Amino acid sequence: MSPAHDHGKEATPGTAHEPATDGDHPHFDMHLGLYLGVGGFLLVATVITVWLSYVDFDKMFGGHGWNIIIAMIVASVKVGFVAAIFMHLKGEKKLIWQFLYFTMFFVAGLFLLTLLNYVDPIFGTTHAQH
Amino acid sequence: MQIPHEVTARPDTGLYNAKLGIWLFLASEVMLFGGLFSAYIFLRMGAEDGYWPRGLLNVPVGAANTAILIASSVTVVLAWASLKMRKFSQYKLWMGISILCGALFLIVKLAYEWPQKFDHFGAFIKKDALEHYEQYLGNHHLKEKKLPPRVEISGHLHEVEIAADPAEKEKLEVFLKRHDLEAKPDEHDAKLQVVKGKHLTPGVVEDLKRVPGVKLIAFEVALDPINADPTNPESDKPHFWYKGATEKLGKIEVKDVESWSSFAPKHSTYFAVYFTITGLHGLHVLAGVLIMLYLWLPIEGGANMFKRNPEHLANRVEVVGLFWHFVDLVWIFVFPIFYLL
Amino acid sequence: MSTAALTHAPDAHAHDDHHYDPGFWRKWVFSTDHKMIGVQYGVTGLAFLMFGFMLMMVMRWQLAHPGEAVPYIGGLLQTFFGSSAFQPDAKGLPGVLTADGYNSFGAMHGTIMVFFGIVPVAFAAFGNFVVPLQIGAIDMTFPKINMASFWCFFISCIFMLVSFFVPGGAAKSGWTSYPPLSGIADLGPLNHVFMNGQTLWVTGMVFNITASLLGSVNFIATIIQIRAPGMTWMRLPFFVWAQFVTAFLLLLAFPPLEAAGVMQLMDRAFDTSFFMPTGLIVNGATTQWSGGGSPILWQHLFWFLAHPEVYVLILPGIGMVAEIIACNTRKPLYGYKAMVGAIFVLGFLSFIVWAHHMYMTGMGAKVSAFFQVTTIMISVPSVILVTALMLSLWGGSIRFTMPMLFATAFLPMFGIGGLTGIPLAFNAVDLYLHDTYYVIGHFHYVVAPGTIFAIFAGVYHWYPKATGRMLNEFLGRLHFWGSLIFINGIFFPMFLQGMAGVHRRWYDGGATYEQLSNAVVMGKSSIQWNSTMATSAFLLGLAQIPFIINFCWSLFHGRKASDNPWDATTVEWDTPTPPPHGNFTKEISVHRGPYEYSVPGADKDFTPQTEAPKSDQPHVPATPVAAPAH
Repeated sequence: MSPAHDHGKEATPGTAHEPATDGDHPHFDMHLGLYLGVGGFLLVATVITVWLSYVDFDKMFGGHGWNIIIAMIVASVKVGFVAAIFMHLKGEKKLIWQFLYFTMFFVAGLFLLTLLNYVDPIFGTTHAQH
Repeated sequence: MQIPHEVTARPDTGLYNAKLGIWLFLASEVMLFGGLFSAYIFLRMGAEDGYWPRGLLNVPVGAANTAILIASSVTVVLAWASLKMRKFSQYKLWMGISILCGALFLIVKLAYEWPQKFDHFGAFIKKDALEHYEQYLGNHHLKEKKLPPRVEISGHLHEVEIAADPAEKEKLEVFLKRHDLEAKPDEHDAKLQVVKGKHLTPGVVEDLKRVPGVKLIAFEVALDPINADPTNPESDKPHFWYKGATEKLGKIEVKDVESWSSFAPKHSTYFAVYFTITGLHGLHVLAGVLIMLYLWLPIEGGANMFKRNPEHLANRVEVVGLFWHFVDLVWIFVFPIFYLL
Repeated sequence: MSTAALTHAPDAHAHDDHHYDPGFWRKWVFSTDHKMIGVQYGVTGLAFLMFGFMLMMVMRWQLAHPGEAVPYIGGLLQTFFGSSAFQPDAKGLPGVLTADGYNSFGAMHGTIMVFFGIVPVAFAAFGNFVVPLQIGAIDMTFPKINMASFWCFFISCIFMLVSFFVPGGAAKSGWTSYPPLSGIADLGPLNHVFMNGQTLWVTGMVFNITASLLGSVNFIATIIQIRAPGMTWMRLPFFVWAQFVTAFLLLLAFPPLEAAGVMQLMDRAFDTSFFMPTGLIVNGATTQWSGGGSPILWQHLFWFLAHPEVYVLILPGIGMVAEIIACNTRKPLYGYKAMVGAIFVLGFLSFIVWAHHMYMTGMGAKVSAFFQVTTIMISVPSVILVTALMLSLWGGSIRFTMPMLFATAFLPMFGIGGLTGIPLAFNAVDLYLHDTYYVIGHFHYVVAPGTIFAIFAGVYHWYPKATGRMLNEFLGRLHFWGSLIFINGIFFPMFLQGMAGVHRRWYDGGATYEQLSNAVVMGKSSIQWNSTMATSAFLLGLAQIPFIINFCWSLFHGRKASDNPWDATTVEWDTPTPPPHGNFTKEISVHRGPYEYSVPGADKDFTPQTEAPKSDQPHVPATPVAAPAH
C-alpha cells in the first residue's frame, strides 16, 4: 500500500497528456485482433473445461483432489487471460497491481482459514474423524 | 468547478479517478466473492458423504451461458476500443450486443435454470431406512466400487398419499380446488387419500402439509435416472447431457424421510451456496446490464456524451467494462465449481 | 479554486461558483458537497451515540437494581419499547427490563455504538469534512457516490430503528449475531417472517456495509488522486494517513461480513443451513433445516471483519489526536515517519489476527499459536503510535485548550485499554477471561475514553471551522471533567469484576457469582460495584448535557471564530469560515510539511503549509524540523 512517493517534490498538476481526440489509433487496430483471438481461445477453453471434467484424474494419478486442481488450473488460465488482456492488467499502472497484491494476499488468507479448520482440528469435531 | 483528473490521468499514478475507483471497488468484490467461495469450501469439506450432490445442474445450458458471458466480455472491450477510435456506430453495435448477451444470460437463468429447480423433488432418507430403499439407492454396488453412498431419492412428484381428518374435509377441498389437484381414496387403504395433479410441485405439497388435519404419509416419485437405475455403471458419475426424470415410479414413506424439499436453497448446503452465489452474481449481471444500457441510450450521461466529450464517455465505458469483465471472471470460476466438480 | 492548473481538455467546464445555489433540497438534503455530507453523518452518528448510551443506562440500572422498575421513566419506556422489553414489577409499576429486553438492548447497544455511532462520526463525518480540505481538494473524487453512501447509511439506520418496534423487539443475539441463535431468533409463531428484529438487523447491516464500501472507495481515490500541487505523501497531515489506512481496512475487510450477512439472511428467510448444524433441536423438537452448516463459519467470517473493524474504530481517533497535539504543543509530531510506517504495519497485521476472538471454539494448537503470535506482534505498532504521541508532548509549549484536554486524556485512557488487551492475546489467559467483564472493560477503554474522547477533541477543534463559532470554554470544561471522572467510574471496576469471573451479557449482573466471588476491592464485592457503575453511568450522562447545550447554543451565540483560531498549519484552516462550495477562494499549492510549528528563524510560531517560501529564506525542507526547547 505504498503509492508513488515523491518526498519534497512538488507534483505538477495534470499536464495536457490527452490522447488525440480524432484520427485513427493504429495501435488499437492491433488490439482488436488480439481481443477477438483471446475471446475465441476462451470459448475453446470452455469446451476443454467441460471435456476435462469428465476425465477422472483421481483414478489416473491416484489420490484425492486432482480433479479439483486441474479444473482450477484451467479456470485460472482463463481468468488470467480475461484479466490480462480484457481488463488491460498487462501493462497496467503499478498502483493497481499493488492493490491487487494485497487483495490476493488477504483472499488467500480467507481461503486458508477454511482449510485450517479441517487441517488442525480438535479431535472429534469434524466428521472425517468419526 | 471541476474535479481534477476526472478524464485525464494524473501523472504520477497514470490513472484517471474512475479507473482507480473501479479497481478499488473490484478489490472489495474479490473479497466478497472470496468470502462466499471460502464458505463453499468450508461447507463442502464439512458435508457428510452423500449430502453433497453432483450432476444435478444442466451442464450444456451452463456452458452456453458461459459462452454468452465470454462473448459479451469480448464485445464490451471492442465497444471501448471503438470509442477510443471515435467510431460511434461501431460502439453502439458492440455495446448493444454486450447488453443483449447480458440480458440473455439472465433470461436463461431466471426463466429456465432456477424455475426448473423448484419443480424438482428430493428426499433425504434416514440412515436406518437406507437399506429399505436399496432398489433406488444402489448402495451395495457403490460400496463395492468404493464410491460414496447415495442418501437421496429425487425426481418429479407424481402423487402424494395423505391422511386427512374428515372433520376438516372442507378446508382440504378448497385447497385442492385452488391448486387444480384431485384426491382419490387409496386403493389399498380406504383411510388414506392419494393426491395428484398437473402442478404437484414440492412447494404445493409444503402448503398441503399445512392444511389443518392433513398428514403426509408417502410420496410417489417419477425417479431421476440415478434412482431409477442405481446399479448401472452409467449412474456412478455425472454426464454431459442433462436427463430429466424417468417414467419409473418409486414410493417413499414420509416416516423414512429425514428432510425433503424441491431443489430450493434449503434443500442442502450445496443448493444454499449455489443459489446465493449465482443469485449475487446475477444481481451483478443485472447491475452491469443496466449501467451499460445507460451508456448506450441517447441520453445526457450516456451516448449523447460522445459529441461533447468522447474521451469521458470512453472512460465510462472502460470502467463499466472492467466491472463486466470481473463479473465474467467470477462466472468462469462458478461454472466448473458448481456445474462440473 | 484549484481549477487553474488543469488541462485544456474539454472536461474543464467554466462554472461560476459565486452564484452556486442549488435550492433547498440539493443544498441541505441531497447534497453532493463533502462538507454537508460530513455534517449529515456527524449529526446522525452523534444522535445514535446518544441513543446507544441511553440503552446502556437502562441496562446498568437493571444490573444494579435487578427486578426493579426504572424510576420516573419506567412507564414511558414500557409504552415506547413494548412488552417484550419491559414488564411491570410485582406491584404493577411499569418499566422492569425483561431478560429479552436486556439482551436486545445489549445487542443493539453494541451494534449502534460501533456501526452507527463511532464509524459514521470518526471515519465518515470527520473524514468527509476534513480530509478534502486538508489535502487542498475541492471535494471528493466521486461526490455523487458520496451522497449515495450517506443515504444508503441512512436506510440502514431506519432498519435498525424500526427493529425496536416490531413484535418481539430488536435483535437479541449480540452485536456478534452468532448462529445458531441468530438463525432461529425471532422466528417463532408470533413473529413476522421479515419484520422481526433479527432479520431487520441483518438487512440493516447489509446496507450499512454497502455504505461503508462506497465511502471507502471515495476516500482512497481522493487521497491518491486529487491532492493539491505540492501535497506530497510525506507532507500529508497524519489524520489523512489514518483515514487512508482506515479506508483500506473497511474496503477489504467488510465484504466477507457482507457475504456472511447475506448467508444469514438466507438462513432466516429461505431456511438454508449455511450456519445451522445437523441435528439441531429447538424447543425440544427437530427443525426443518437440512443441516450440514457450520456455526464456526459465521464466526470466522464475522471476526475477519470485526477485528480490522476495531482498528477502524481507533485509527481516525489517533489521527485526530495527532493533529490536535501538534497544534497545541506548537511543535511537530515526534516520529511522523515511524507513525506512518506503524499505521501501515498495523493495518496489514489487523487482517491476520482475527481468531484471537475465537480461542474458545476448539481450534487446534497450531492455529491458535499462529494467532497468538500475530496478536502479540500487532501490539508493537500500536505502542509505537501511542508512544510517539506521548513523546510529542515533550518540550512542547502546551496550551490546554478544550481539544487538547480531551486529546491528552486520550493518551493514558487508550494506554489502559491497549495494555489490558495484552493478557487477552494469550490463549491460556483468555481461557479464564473470555466472555467476562474484563473483556468488556478492555474494549470499552479503547473505544469510550479512547475514541469517543478523540471525537470530542475533534468536535471542539473543528467546530469553529465548520460553524464559524467557538464552543464555550466553561461548558466544555464541565463536559470534560465530568466525562473523564465518571467514564473511569463505569469501566475500571469491570476489570475487577472480570477477574472475579463475572460473565458478560448476563441479565442478572453476576448475582450467580455473589457467593462464589471472594474478591473484595475497596470494601465492595465485585457485584456491589454494579451500583457504583450505574451511578457513574448516570452522572456520565449528566456530564454530556453541557456538551449538548454548548453544541446547540454556540451555533447561534458562540464567540465568532476567525479563519484560523488555533493558529494551525494545515490546509483546512486556509479557507474562509465556514468553507464555501469549492472550499478555497485561491489557488492552493503546498510548500512545506504539515507541522511547521516553532520553526527556528520564522517570524511567527507557526507556518501554514500553503505559505510560499520567502525569497530571502532558505527553502524549508519537506520533513518536519524538531523545534529547540524554549
